[in-house]
Amino acid sequence: MYVIEKTEELSQGVKSFIVKAPRIAKKCQPGQFIILRTDEDGERIPLTIADFNRETGTITLIFQEVGCSTRQLGRLQAGQAILDVAGPLGNASHIDKFGTVVCIGGGIGVAPVYPIARAYREAGNKVVSIIGARNESLLILEKEMAAVSDILHVTTDDGSKGHKGMVIDPLKSMIAAGEKIDLVIAIGPVVMMRGVAEVTRPYGIKTIVSLNPIMVDGTGMCGGCRVSVGNTNKFACVDGPEFDAHQVDFTGLMARQRMYLEHEKEERKCGGECSCH
Amino acid sequence: MLMSLRHKMPEQTPDERRKNFKEVTLGYTADIAKAEADRCLQCKTAPCRQGCPVEVNIPAFIKHLREDRPDQAVAEIKQKNNLPAVCGRVCPQEHQCEKLCVLAKKGQPVAIGRLERFAADYGLSCDCEPREVGAEPLGKVAIIGAGPAGLTAAGDLACLGYDVTVFEALHEPGGVLMYGIPEFRLPKSIVRKEIDGLKQLGVTIEVNAIAGKTFTIDELFEEEGFEAVFIGTGAGLPHFMDIPGENLNGVYSANEFLTRVNLMKAYQFPQSGTPVHIGKNVAVVGAGNVAMDSARTALRLGAENVYIVYRRSEAEIPARAEELEHAKEEGVQFHLLTAPVRIMGSEKGWVSGLECIRMELGEPDKSGRRRPIPVEGSEYTLDVDAVVMAIGQGPNPLVQHTTPGLEVNKNGNIIANEAGFTSKEGVFAGGDIVTGAATVILAMGAGKKAAVAIHQFLQEKHAVKE
Ligand SMILES: Cc1cc2nc3c(=O)[nH]c(=O)nc-3n(C[C@H](O)[C@H](O)[C@H](O)COP(=O)(O)OP(=O)(O)OC[C@H]3O[C@@H](n4cnc5c(N)ncnc54)[C@H](O)[C@@H]3O)c2cc1C
Ligand SMILES: Cc1cc2nc3c(=O)[nH]c(=O)nc-3n(C[C@H](O)[C@H](O)[C@H](O)COP(=O)(O)OP(=O)(O)OC[C@H]3O[C@@H](n4cnc5c(N)ncnc54)[C@H](O)[C@@H]3O)c2cc1C
Ligand code: SF4
Ligand code: SF4
Ligand code: FES
Ligand SMILES: [Mg+2]
Repeated sequence: MYVIEKTEELSQGVKSFIVKAPRIAKKCQPGQFIILRTDEDGERIPLTIADFNRETGTITLIFQEVGCSTRQLGRLQAGQAILDVAGPLGNASHIDKFGTVVCIGGGIGVAPVYPIARAYREAGNKVVSIIGARNESLLILEKEMAAVSDILHVTTDDGSKGHKGMVIDPLKSMIAAGEKIDLVIAIGPVVMMRGVAEVTRPYGIKTIVSLNPIMVDGTGMCGGCRVSVGNTNKFACVDGPEFDAHQVDFTGLMARQRMYLEHEKEERKCGGECSCH
Repeated sequence: MLMSLRHKMPEQTPDERRKNFKEVTLGYTADIAKAEADRCLQCKTAPCRQGCPVEVNIPAFIKHLREDRPDQAVAEIKQKNNLPAVCGRVCPQEHQCEKLCVLAKKGQPVAIGRLERFAADYGLSCDCEPREVGAEPLGKVAIIGAGPAGLTAAGDLACLGYDVTVFEALHEPGGVLMYGIPEFRLPKSIVRKEIDGLKQLGVTIEVNAIAGKTFTIDELFEEEGFEAVFIGTGAGLPHFMDIPGENLNGVYSANEFLTRVNLMKAYQFPQSGTPVHIGKNVAVVGAGNVAMDSARTALRLGAENVYIVYRRSEAEIPARAEELEHAKEEGVQFHLLTAPVRIMGSEKGWVSGLECIRMELGEPDKSGRRRPIPVEGSEYTLDVDAVVMAIGQGPNPLVQHTTPGLEVNKNGNIIANEAGFTSKEGVFAGGDIVTGAATVILAMGAGKKAAVAIHQFLQEKHAVKE
């Protein structure tokens, strides 16, 4: 059992949990994730380790309530416990001194970008961050990102905060202005990551994305998380989750993410409470 | 002498059982067990024993059954085999103990597996006593992986007096017994009972603990005070065929398909949170136990047509005879001498068919089996909307990659000798991670040998220190 020490609602439907998991907190690195199961009938769902504290033995999870499992998780209160938390899974981000690193986070993707941006900054890079959301109320971790970035751009689809438009807009402007970019890291919805990949591809700017296919075990046992990268199949949980964006088959990834759409609809029919499991 | 026929085991009818996940075979009744035990000739030389990888004293346990002592029968079996309720159900007996039974020549061998299962189900388990509270353990041993290899090593070491912790990556111990082999063939309550027995012996089981990720083997030695480590991580890495269309929705590895259904209880969706795609027509590629389990699981989930697609002929089918028989009775359709060429997909990225090619058998290959060769121009399409790949598994590399000094062979399996010693001091290994995908009884045998080796190793080490 993994006790939740603190909960916080960051924006509508987005929650942050601080969870006691000493073994994981001791070991984890930016870029890694965990797989949790709230209770006996629960689904195994992956969530990125958004932050960690080695002293207190805790990790931070930031998640969006999108379906039954995340909503069920969201109903838990501080003091209650999550049945299973396994990790840290996946490979750590390759943190090094590259020069100028652009860190892009879209929607809930800002959560995984945050520890990575911080690590690049600590490694001596110039960090330019771009974070975006549909509107101001959905924007998360703005303060935190500002604190670990040399420059922070904010975009919203409706212009309620920052630049009206998409996260690729500031990136395009930087390129157009001839700014030297040594590395781009982008995490968010697949459409966004693909968009970033298309912007940087013509210029040969090294671009890393963190992929989020449907997973079960997270240890390389099921093969459900396979994604075609450079025309060979990779298991995102053990070979990734970060990959060279210019090699990823985003279309295939998107199709596979929709595999259980009908099931998910059926599941949600049991009402907003979704207390069937 | 007349043909001596073995006693049938009662089972659910095919029509009944293809609609449920309850155990197919119901086990011998006491009367049938006695009658079957009476068939045993109690041969002095006991050739059957040579066929058993762990040399269970077969005539001795059968004698106990004849004389109505199931408790002692279990105790006799447990001298060599910690999991008789499991092995009685899943050993490929026809290639092992029963193959060498003298009665096999005159008709049918004694149903050793069924008797072993009967003994285990009816006799009281006569395990050793737990270490006394407060008694000083002989040493501290870590076991990586809670499959049959790891659990056996853990049990034996606990009996010897060691402080044993099993680290398991998944949220449930049991390995393939839990996530792979379905309920209708091996009820999970049996596996749980065995695991509870280990806990009573004082074995600690830590789940959600992934060696190579949550901790490394070196850290167990350096930071946690373990003196020996046994690695029994199995053959968990699924193989795919590398044919076009394998990433379409509706294509599963057998591992994923079976894990979703068995471990995650997807057959109870949405009461359980994990969904599974049930095709209307399902092709399962391969013909081993894993393939039969996948095919019969698909039937039980409600698939209308389930096909086994296998490139060799019936004679080469590696599954247990009983599973093949049951699969046929339940209506699994066999496309033998057939190999998949590509998986066809719909516009939306779902499986819409499986293109196959017929094969013929050529000269024997390295394995001694005749090599299948494609018949040119014989391609045809199976109308399916789900495909399960059950063509084998390799070793998961997580532990090997994070344990300097641990040697592996070209397939990535850990190199260990008969006793279980690896190239790294204090590290032992056994089961599928060493041999490649094999059987429950071989994995258990390896766990038993390794427990002996670990005991010896630590005794010597402690003696030197003193
Ligand atoms: C490596 C990785 C890291 C992730 N990190 C985060 C994070 O930090 N915060 C966050 O909010 N989300 C994260 N996700 C996504 C998160 O796992 C899904 O949102 C969650 O599983 C949805 O479950 P559900 O039952 O609530 O929704 P559902 O209604 O069941 O599904 C909604 C959508 O989520 C995806 N999904 C469903 N099941 C899974 C699964 N088992 N594994 C992965 N995706 C699934 C599917 O695309 C699906 O259409 C991450 C995913 C991966 C693979
Ligand atoms: C579907 C199926 C049906 C089968 N049917 C039969 C049958 O009828 N008869 C028969 O004899 N054999 C059968 N087998 C084969 C048999 O199950 C295996 O040979 C046997 O389970 C091997 O035991 P093991 O202990 O070596 O490994 P496993 O049973 O594979 O157990 C390994 C355990 O280690 C864990 N693990 C892996 N990596 C790590 C890590 N890094 N850290 C911590 N834990 C880890 C795994 O999660 C797993 O629990 C079948 C196999 C399958 C898949
Ligand atoms: S363990 Fe397996 S091979 Fe040995 S006697 Fe029992 S059923 Fe036969
Ligand atoms: S060989 Fe057959 S008949 Fe002889 S002891 Fe063994 S089981 Fe009994
Ligand atoms: S989640 Fe199962 S192999 Fe990656
Ligand atoms: Mg879900």
